[in-house]
Amino acid sequence: MSAWPGFLRRTPLGTEADRATFHTLHTASLASPALRQGLTGASAAQAVPHLRALLGSPAVALTDTAGLLAWDGDGSHHAGHVPALIGPAVEHGSTRTADASDLPCEDPTCPVRHAIATPLVVEDRIVGVLMAFAPQPSAGLVLATHEVAQWVSGQLELAELDAQRTRAMEAEVRALRAQISPHFIYNSLGAIASFVRTDPDRARELLLEFADFTRYSFRSHGEFTTLAEELRSIERYLILEQARFGDRLRVTLQVAPEVLPVTVPFLCIQPLAENAVRHGLGALDGVGRLSIVARDLDHECLIEVEDNGVGEDPERVRRALAGDGSLDSVGLGNVDARLRNAFGDDYGLVVETAPGAGTKVIVRVPKFAPGVHA
Amino acid sequence: MIDSWAALVGVVLVAVTTLAIGTWGLRFSRTTSDFMVASRTVRPGLNASAIGGEYLSAASFLGVAALVLTFGADMLWYPVGWTAGYLVLLVLVAAPLRRSGAYTLPDFAEARLQSRGARAVCSVLVVAIGWLYLLPQFQGAGLVLRQAVGAPPWVGTLVVSLVVLANVTSGGMRSITFVQAFQYWFKLTALLVPAAVLVAVWVGDGAVNPADADGPGSAGIWSIPLGEGGAQGLYVTYSLIVATFLGTMGLPHVVVRFYTNPDGRAARRTTLAVLGLLGLFYLLPPVYGALGRVYAADLADGGATDTLVLELPRLMLPGVGGDVLTGLLTAGAFAAFLSTASGLTIAVAGVLGQDVTGRRYGDRRLSGVTAFRVGAVLAVVVPGVLALASMDVGVARVVGLAFAVAASTFCPLLVLGIWWRDLTAAGAVAGLLVGGLGSGFAVAWTLLTTATEGWAPVLLGQPAAWSVPAAFATMVVVSLATRGRSRVDARRFMVRLHTPESLPLDRG
Repeated sequence: MSAWPGFLRRTPLGTEADRATFHTLHTASLASPALRQGLTGASAAQAVPHLRALLGSPAVALTDTAGLLAWDGDGSHHAGHVPALIGPAVEHGSTRTADASDLPCEDPTCPVRHAIATPLVVEDRIVGVLMAFAPQPSAGLVLATHEVAQWVSGQLELAELDAQRTRAMEAEVRALRAQISPHFIYNSLGAIASFVRTDPDRARELLLEFADFTRYSFRSHGEFTTLAEELRSIERYLILEQARFGDRLRVTLQVAPEVLPVTVPFLCIQPLAENAVRHGLGALDGVGRLSIVARDLDHECLIEVEDNGVGEDPERVRRALAGDGSLDSVGLGNVDARLRNAFGDDYGLVVETAPGAGTKVIVRVPKFAPGVHA
Repeated sequence: MIDSWAALVGVVLVAVTTLAIGTWGLRFSRTTSDFMVASRTVRPGLNASAIGGEYLSAASFLGVAALVLTFGADMLWYPVGWTAGYLVLLVLVAAPLRRSGAYTLPDFAEARLQSRGARAVCSVLVVAIGWLYLLPQFQGAGLVLRQAVGAPPWVGTLVVSLVVLANVTSGGMRSITFVQAFQYWFKLTALLVPAAVLVAVWVGDGAVNPADADGPGSAGIWSIPLGEGGAQGLYVTYSLIVATFLGTMGLPHVVVRFYTNPDGRAARRTTLAVLGLLGLFYLLPPVYGALGRVYAADLADGGATDTLVLELPRLMLPGVGGDVLTGLLTAGAFAAFLSTASGLTIAVAGVLGQDVTGRRYGDRRLSGVTAFRVGAVLAVVVPGVLALASMDVGVARVVGLAFAVAASTFCPLLVLGIWWRDLTAAGAVAGLLVGGLGSGFAVAWTLLTTATEGWAPVLLGQPAAWSVPAAFATMVVVSLATRGRSRVDARRFMVRLHTPESLPLDRG
């Protein structure tokens, strides 16, 4: 690390060619954040001045497949010709040029005499066209336009990946909502039925708990909820599980009332509790001990879900957190991803486990994060 | 001193209990059978007691009586203002602040203005106000221990600093609402029981009217507001009213307590309860001041009036009875230092831990807990050293200055931020700087000089009357000048602040 500054001092800016390269890379990096948002009017308007700087031509335009999104540089009175000019490029999927006959103009000083149109391709699909305009035809500019279009396509592909990741995460939350297993429903109703004759009051209470539990879990709106709501739902879940397992499931809840209003991602603790119940019931002595602790750490809140089950190989947990779905832990990776998404990478899940030593999952949540509210 | 055993026992008991609760307080557990989340949300009454416990500091416990003894009825504006501040908080701030979801004042600035710069300025101000408020707590502690056991003043400052530091770094007592609530009732009892006994003694002695007693100043001047002082007295009074009425909402350790309320409605109920509890408490210190004029007039001549509350039982009731009452009062005063200083230290350490010690320096970055602990050390050491270095300026006066800074900075931010859509980040930062620098200069000048002649000490000793309007005006003017930059989602945020949670509404 320390060698860098000295190295820079000896040859401050490199050769002429080096400097040109640095300049080009810098210009490209300026355009990249806008393009990473996908191809829209707003992102095109932000990116197109930097693209013009890259190409060094008097005017540059970005279009989608239907028409102009943004124009930068002189001769914007030609914007009306754009739909006709991009037609061939979109149709054939290759770079097309156009000359003055396609760009009728009254102004003799207008620099827009020739046009180069290169399609932007994302996953084999043409999503738009990059156009460069020049007074004279030049093979160099055609080549440059082609290369820049390739680069823009790459950025747009990354944007598409980002969007896909978000969509996948949302889909997983929907799946989590619907993931209450058929077994849980069947077994809960069975347990309730067994009380109907012997203890009708308890059966009624359990049925109401079941109704409230499903209403919360199937809730369709809102990405966030309060810790109080989430814990209430977990409480109902545990009451139903205890009705079924009786003494085989022992639960300790220790919650500081000060952290109940904290905002947390919807269904971010409940999957952890379900995992803990499942692991705990598989414990060696057959008695599952589960403890849920929520503590107040000034500007943060700490939630620990612990069981006395058989534990897990830490390496497998690491893979599950990285997105491997083979582990028998519902939604661990998904909970981790959503916590990081909402609060930043400092707030990922921490899992303490080893074979035969039980599992403890630790969640930290800040009391305030910009843009996060229930 | 042999006759100080009761006071020593009181101090040791309070310190040990505080540390014990801080260390083991979290070990209470419950099982599902008797656990219902809904029933465990903090009720407004309990939360209000906790706010009272944290809010009633040495200034309230010792300072008010001393000021009333020395300067007379004018000084009743201090307790009046410290209570009425919650009325302003109730009407203008409580519910919207809770609905904003902000935990600290910098959080509110960031959420409302979407500006890291405004957040940074607020963080600096939180630390400044916290240190200014901690200073008299540590000074007062030195006074109390000197009075109780004859130790030199630095011993008390050191003991309180260490107890607070140990308590905060070991886990803190902030988290336990119940403990803070208990602190309120303990302080109230510690002040109420001796007051009842002493009033009985006073009645037995023939109930001399304090106004007629042979105290400092003539009776008319002592008992009539603005008996002397003319225009300057009037200015000081109004300035004090502005500072205390508007400063309460900007105290870092008070605001975080509102987060504990489940919703805006509960926040309002809590504030209402706080008003009642503080009103009850503040009936008592003036009783000590008035009795002091009858029985302890020579204290005022000596200038060491901050110890009045502790001296009075011994002067009025020589013997074991007086010792026991003094012990109770000393314990109450010590509890006042510890609870307020702990709350402030946690607030300051939280900001320092997040924005200063928790940052990455080179390749190294402290973990969250370590950063918080280092922040706590800084939060205690700076005012501790200042308390040892600076001379005695009067506990209630310095607290009054802390209120003036809070009123000149966070009051405009909160009031305009909540009630005026066009407040911009640039306007807020400009107003915070004008208010903060103006009142800050006044504080520094007051703490460092001893001049008492002319208008300068009056204007700078009680700056709120000019610094608060200046801050408001700056925020409004600069916001209007930068109006184009006001954000579209400010409107959405206002909707969140002002609609009750029960209303079905898309707040995303």
